[in-house]
Amino acid sequence: MPLIMGMSVLLVCQFLGEMVARGLTLPIPGPVFGMVILLVGLLVVGRVPDSLRLAGEGLLRYLTLLFVPAGVGLMVHFALIGRDLWSILVTLGVSTGLTLAVTAWALDRLNRRRGGEGQ
Amino acid sequence: MSFTTLDQLWVYLSGNPLLSLLMTLLVFGLAVRINRALGGTPLVHPVTLSIAILIGLLMLVDMDYATYFEGAQFIHFLLGPATVALAIPLYDHRERVRRLLGPLTMACLLGIVTAVASTLGIALAMGARLETVLSLAPHSVTSPIAMGVAEQIGGIPSLAAGLVLLTGSIGCALSPWIFRLLRIQDPAVQGFALGLTAHGFGTAQAFARIGAVAGAFSGLAMGLTGLLTAFLLPVMTRLFGLGN
Repeated sequence: MPLIMGMSVLLVCQFLGEMVARGLTLPIPGPVFGMVILLVGLLVVGRVPDSLRLAGEGLLRYLTLLFVPAGVGLMVHFALIGRDLWSILVTLGVSTGLTLAVTAWALDRLNRRRGGEGQ
Repeated sequence: MSFTTLDQLWVYLSGNPLLSLLMTLLVFGLAVRINRALGGTPLVHPVTLSIAILIGLLMLVDMDYATYFEGAQFIHFLLGPATVALAIPLYDHRERVRRLLGPLTMACLLGIVTAVASTLGIALAMGARLETVLSLAPHSVTSPIAMGVAEQIGGIPSLAAGLVLLTGSIGCALSPWIFRLLRIQDPAVQGFALGLTAHGFGTAQAFARIGAVAGAFSGLAMGLTGLLTAFLLPVMTRLFGLGN
């Protein structure tokens, strides 16, 4: 039963998030608003119910598996990817490395300036 | 069993969602094992490996993506509630997040501008097609958001989703030695950079290989980047004179 309750809470938040996204006609998907709604809810309640933790952490443990079906969709675009293969690979490689480095460096710097609270 | 009945059995099974669902789970299990046998290296990400094996299998048995997705959609659906569930680690570490909110927002904005500007710059310089460039633009954003944004600026949503996944595995592969190079040891900083750059992949990696604090910050970065990019990207592509 706790698993069902926890899953229901997650789905209710997703549903509400979906309605917000629709209402605001933003290109942001419902689950992201759902995450914000759940966070606000948890801050109001003041604790994470066991049932929610069971369902939520169970899902998060297998987060990577959930990306597989969408990834297999790459096969539909082989022709397009083939035509721009090198620019895609170089762009993704350089841009990803650069973004990682800039973000980590900036946050580390900002953190230290505030007295190393993040340490 | 005669040849015709085997044939009929295959026709029945390949039209049934059960087969592709089972195939996805088994291949993922196998990929995780292979990754573990290789010492858990981030260079051969279980997801990338699973995707490659599955595409190979589908081509071998001549099954198209739409048929495969009939079964795989049950796994795909869980991405929604899993995204919502990211609020839980975020709540667990709320005090730390609240204290660092200023630096986190600044780092996030800087990261997004770096990601988008470098992507548009390099892809244009290398002469990629416009639709490719626009599908590449949201590559650091979690795939559901990237699909929406790509569509809005004139890219191809499903291509964008695939490129997002590639970015995720590249980010996971590069992160250990970028952190070593820059001497970044704080798990919060590592997690945040991973979540911003490599979205869900980064978050999964942060949870699995760095810890719960890194995972929480990674989830935060992923959500924040998604929200901010949805607003910033259309403006930035216009600055580069692209899209509509």
